[in-house]
Amino acid sequence: MTEMNLVQAINSALRAALREDENVLLMGEDIGTLGGVFRVTQGLRDEFGPDRVLDTPLSETGILGAAIGMALHGLRPVSEIQFADFIYPGFDQLVSEAAKYRYRTAGEFHVPMVVRTPYGGGIRGGQYHSQSPEALFIHTPGLKVVCPSNPYDAKGLLLEAIGDEDPVLFFEPKRVYRAVKMDVPETTYRVPLGEAKVVRPGAQVTCLAWGAMLYEAFAAAEEVAKEGVDVEVIDLRTLWPLDIETITSSVKKTGRIVIVHEAPRTCGFGGELVALITERAFLHLEAPPVRVTGWDTPFPLTHEREYLPLAHRIAPALLETARY
Amino acid sequence: MQVIRDDGSLDPELDPGLSVDEVVALYKAMVRTRIVDDRLERTQRQGRIAFHVGSLGEEAAIVGAAAALRERDWIVPCYREVGALLWRGYPLQRYVDHMYGNAGDPVRGRQMPDHTFSPAHRYLAVSAPIGTQIPQAVGLAMAAKKRDLDECVAVFFGDGATSSNDFHAAMNFAGVFQPPVLFLCRNNGYAISLPVERQTASRTMAEKAAAYRVPAARVDGNDALAVLGAVREGVQRAANGGGPTFVELLTYRLGGHSTSDDPRIYRSEQEVDAWRKTDPILRLRKHIEQRKIWNDDLDSDWRTVCDLEVKDCVQRAEQKPAPELSEVFTDVYAEQPWHLREQQAQSLGGPRAGADEDES
Repeated sequence: MTEMNLVQAINSALRAALREDENVLLMGEDIGTLGGVFRVTQGLRDEFGPDRVLDTPLSETGILGAAIGMALHGLRPVSEIQFADFIYPGFDQLVSEAAKYRYRTAGEFHVPMVVRTPYGGGIRGGQYHSQSPEALFIHTPGLKVVCPSNPYDAKGLLLEAIGDEDPVLFFEPKRVYRAVKMDVPETTYRVPLGEAKVVRPGAQVTCLAWGAMLYEAFAAAEEVAKEGVDVEVIDLRTLWPLDIETITSSVKKTGRIVIVHEAPRTCGFGGELVALITERAFLHLEAPPVRVTGWDTPFPLTHEREYLPLAHRIAPALLETARY
Repeated sequence: MQVIRDDGSLDPELDPGLSVDEVVALYKAMVRTRIVDDRLERTQRQGRIAFHVGSLGEEAAIVGAAAALRERDWIVPCYREVGALLWRGYPLQRYVDHMYGNAGDPVRGRQMPDHTFSPAHRYLAVSAPIGTQIPQAVGLAMAAKKRDLDECVAVFFGDGATSSNDFHAAMNFAGVFQPPVLFLCRNNGYAISLPVERQTASRTMAEKAAAYRVPAARVDGNDALAVLGAVREGVQRAANGGGPTFVELLTYRLGGHSTSDDPRIYRSEQEVDAWRKTDPILRLRKHIEQRKIWNDDLDSDWRTVCDLEVKDCVQRAEQKPAPELSEVFTDVYAEQPWHLREQQAQSLGGPRAGADEDES
């Protein structure tokens, strides 16, 4: 065990994958010599060489298109899109191509590839370095979407994603890249996709969160505990395919649900979660489901702390829901 | 560049040196492609299949290129290249079943007609968005290079695709990483209705390759042997570690963009007639007749064989049932997740839409 932050844990996962499977290859903008703008891939080009850790030209279309071709021919490419905000030039390759390749060839071809990308706000990045576009990809049949919140899960989920036979988008919460530290095994281990985790058991309100907002949900839960409200916080970890069982059984127990995400509210993943929960646990609900989310605006700079669904907004929502 | 002269003889400097069997096989494959095409177009006109995108007039650019490749080389199609897949021995019945979207369709009725693929024939899947296959081909070639495989990747696209960002991304990656990839640009004059002169201000497609330092050739795409020679040169370059090649194949789309198109709206009959005189099948036939290895009897016999074959395939395809409805819900992921199991059950247990009224 070594104490690692998220950056170090992801680096450790990539190193392990490169060591264990010669078909694993990393590519992206500035990931080689520089080690990535967040230094997630630091040292990997030195250890594995420029043929396995590729500094690519500046084209998300090129990166993701080439990754598909590589995945079709036996490699397991792990691409980095420098910021989730920059993924859109490659959107067609992900949505029309990677996501559909298995379906449109009835399983005769498939593209096992991982796309890592730092997402989310709170780093004073303004509207082009703060976005959370996960819902666009959850909405796309054929893609899996993962979003770890902590170093242990990040390493285990990333190794699982690299071994997965389907294309996986791996959203990294850059706001907590270096803020969260925990003991992480040096060895290889996997955290299965599709399993949420109850990180704080509670009886009165279920609070769903992922990535960086998990910590805000947790802080808010601790705060309302002082007022006697007992909140169960669930870290989704894999956004799609979703662990519906864990969520449904929690809501059946608490009867109350608060969902937190950074992305704009309208057509955000929270809306889908509310629908799924309502369909499955309607008669258990004691209060209307509540979403605490980013506003339906582009991501602002100066007032980013008011845009983000931080604990100061989550705590009142938890109290109101508990007392409804 | 042309190899077949007007009298059917070959330019000795450029003659690719095909044996009698090889050149006849090439000719026969081009004729077969056209007959299949023609039959499918008529089938569509009769309302028996939904759609067809043909290759009338472009058979040399497609089959000639495929004939230059080695069996282990990959073909990454645009959508008009089924002739290349058939050249590689893809069963015609499977193709026709695909056109019908029936139970024999390898893609289980999930795609429009002419969205073919075959791992066994090293032929990737057709995709309708323009240009997306080009960076994929570069990635495939990068993988072949990384794995030290003596393979190259030939990717087809049209003149219109050279406007797409995918094209430029792919050319740039190829210039930088030097993978064994052949960019085969079928410049057939039109992207649906837009003539190439209004598609780009570049004088040729090949000059676009120069910006990326990808060696380029520009050949008569209706001359099967010129196509074959140029593509073969690209294969050689790739095999010798020389990286990518761009080949502009100058041809002409004698038919519509697809069966949904009406080319009379945007071009004149005179223009089409002028190109009919350069028909690639007539050109190659002239050569093999001049070599005295082909004649009218052989020609009509072969056309009859092809026609009967495709008619038989169509007849069989019409007898086959639709794919199972449950197959709508599989192959989205390697393993079917809970939400698709749930939706499959809802669909199978729910009311049926039945056939469209205009189909019945």
